[in-house]
Amino acid sequence: MSTTNAVELRNVVKRFGDIAAVDHVSLEIRDGEFFSLLGPSGCGKTTTLRMIAGFEYPSSGSIVIHGREMATIPPHRRPVNTVFQSYALFPHLTVAQNVAFGLEMQRRPKDEIAARVREALEQVRLSGFADRRPRQLSGGQQQRVALARALINQPEVLLLDEPLGALDQKLRKELQIELKSLQRRVGITFVFVTHDQEEALTMSDRIAVMSQGKVLQIGSPTEIYERPTCRFVADFIGETNFIAGKVIENGANAATIETPDGLRLRGLTPRPVRVGEPAVLSIRPEKALLLAPGDARAGHAFAIPARVELVSYIGSDTRITVRLNDQRTFDVWEQNTLSTLDRDAYWQPGEPAVLVCPPDNALVLTE
Amino acid sequence: MIEATSTATQPRRAARPALEQGRLTWGGLVLMACAVLIYLFLYLPIAILVLFSFTRDQFGVRWTGFTLDWYTRLFANERLMGATVNTLYVALVSTIVATVLGTLLAMALERYRFRGRNSVDTLIYLPIVIPEIVMAVALLAFSALAFDLIRLLTGETLRRSLTTVIIGHIAFSVSFVVVVVRTSLKNFDRRLEEAAADLGANSWNIFWRVTFPLILPGIIGGALLAFTLSLDDFIISLFLSGPGTSLLPVEVYNKVRRAVTPEINAISTLMLALSITLVVLSQSVQRRQ
Ligand SMILES: Nc1ncnc2c1ncn2[C@@H]1O[C@H](COP(=O)(O)OP(=O)(O)OP(=O)(O)O)[C@@H](O)[C@H]1O
Ligand SMILES: [Mg+2]
Repeated sequence: MSTTNAVELRNVVKRFGDIAAVDHVSLEIRDGEFFSLLGPSGCGKTTTLRMIAGFEYPSSGSIVIHGREMATIPPHRRPVNTVFQSYALFPHLTVAQNVAFGLEMQRRPKDEIAARVREALEQVRLSGFADRRPRQLSGGQQQRVALARALINQPEVLLLDEPLGALDQKLRKELQIELKSLQRRVGITFVFVTHDQEEALTMSDRIAVMSQGKVLQIGSPTEIYERPTCRFVADFIGETNFIAGKVIENGANAATIETPDGLRLRGLTPRPVRVGEPAVLSIRPEKALLLAPGDARAGHAFAIPARVELVSYIGSDTRITVRLNDQRTFDVWEQNTLSTLDRDAYWQPGEPAVLVCPPDNALVLTE
Repeated sequence: MIEATSTATQPRRAARPALEQGRLTWGGLVLMACAVLIYLFLYLPIAILVLFSFTRDQFGVRWTGFTLDWYTRLFANERLMGATVNTLYVALVSTIVATVLGTLLAMALERYRFRGRNSVDTLIYLPIVIPEIVMAVALLAFSALAFDLIRLLTGETLRRSLTTVIIGHIAFSVSFVVVVVRTSLKNFDRRLEEAAADLGANSWNIFWRVTFPLILPGIIGGALLAFTLSLDDFIISLFLSGPGTSLLPVEVYNKVRRAVTPEINAISTLMLALSITLVVLSQSVQRRQ
């Protein structure tokens, strides 16, 4: 890539007392990119963002924004702006005054400020609300004021800490689309914090998955979903089935594991594994195949006998839970491409079946 | 009695809603009577004081007709007027200084962790509970000591004056300001300061554009409290004022020792009016928050 990096974190550590909230994190966020930090609660996303904004300083490591080392730069002199999770709108100022705040700090001329505030409010469709106080707005409107207040300064990087977290599901979906198209339009680098994997997949160009202060994997939504490099990422993003075993053979980019009850299963290895290492076979419910015992394709080397336990018809899919010989359950989702009301066309609970995990669709992962 | 019949004819739970709607019972009547008596006890003397500031009776103990004479006399009384000016001056200066110091102290205590913060924290509340007479004696002894020291070092001889009173008043009202301002700082969302910094504000702008406007009701509340406390302070004012610098409460006391005149009623009524105005002001400011 010839593009410059908007933000670089080099081996950043942040300790609060004994715990490392952020543990040797290295990231390169490209210019103009929609980059998400995704991870469960308490994994250090906010802390990472606050270090980029300058509210916290790293215990060690360095943060570089557009080639400039930030170690000694206080928040008010950094070329970044933040949309806070709680919005942090100034309650004593009107919407217009809130949005104007950044430009006033830059001592821009009065008429320029007025014009740009008008424009910014138009951009977030709040023109009629200029003279209201924040508390007279709905959550979604407050969120858009926070966005306008940050974007009006034309920052090099916009930091967003779960900006949609407080909104209801429907509004959230709407604003996801709005935010994404806004980012395309203004071309500013977005660093977006969320613990909602679906949100991250929908919006991001690239995602960094974090857990316990560490970045486990960085990649595009497809890479993260299709080629998770460890068990945690596979589990955290989307749904998956795990079958535990031990690596008995490994090739260039695939390996075979053997389960305690002697099944041998094969899958791709996004990250190299060693023979003898404990590992899991990870296979997504929509990528496994459920066949009738007599099916010609059931002679497959990786076929596992199973019994249908639960069938849920959810419209677009039918979700089938099967039980394997060793009593573990396994989920399979079948797309309802068939247009039929005939119940016999679907699986019935109690039916015997054969589960196939095609090696190209399965992954062998370690911790 | 009423309850007994009603429970007999109706389901038992019917008795409760009736109570909740505020229907009077005997117990309720007794409570009401007590409340009325307490309010009479509190406000009757004050009402009589106000009333008798308008009576023609020259001892101010009987109602013999309406007059504003006592008020006109009051304004002609140079001693009392001088004391009033002194009192207002002391109250104003001590309030300003105590409010600034108290606000700074409240910020320091609320925002920074430093060694010994807990003891400083406790110490700042102590003047509120220390008997005023103890404060007064301590301040008096201290001022004597300080004067001696200053004479020794600079050769200048200082006397007790309005300045010493002001210092005394600051000494006790700072604590009250700290308490009130800290409450509004506690309710203040620190993330607003981060948001301001994020938008390019330096510490100066953060304070004046965000923190100050939002804790202003608390600061005004503290200032009004300090002002009221200074207005009617007696003991410290008596101890720390010098010759010829009398303050209103002390002056009133001196007059009362000789004779209670309606003039005293009049000045007390005016002080009462001022205090009530201040309290109403401070409440309305705090409600706006
Ligand atoms: N100021 C602080 N002092 C002490 N510990 C802190 C501080 N800030 C964060 N932590 C700790 O650091 C860890 C990471 O916190 P952080 O807020 O970054 O998590 P997060 O990923 O943003 O979580 P969430 O999704 O719940 O917001 C947590 O264990 C938290 O308790
Ligand atoms: Mg967080």
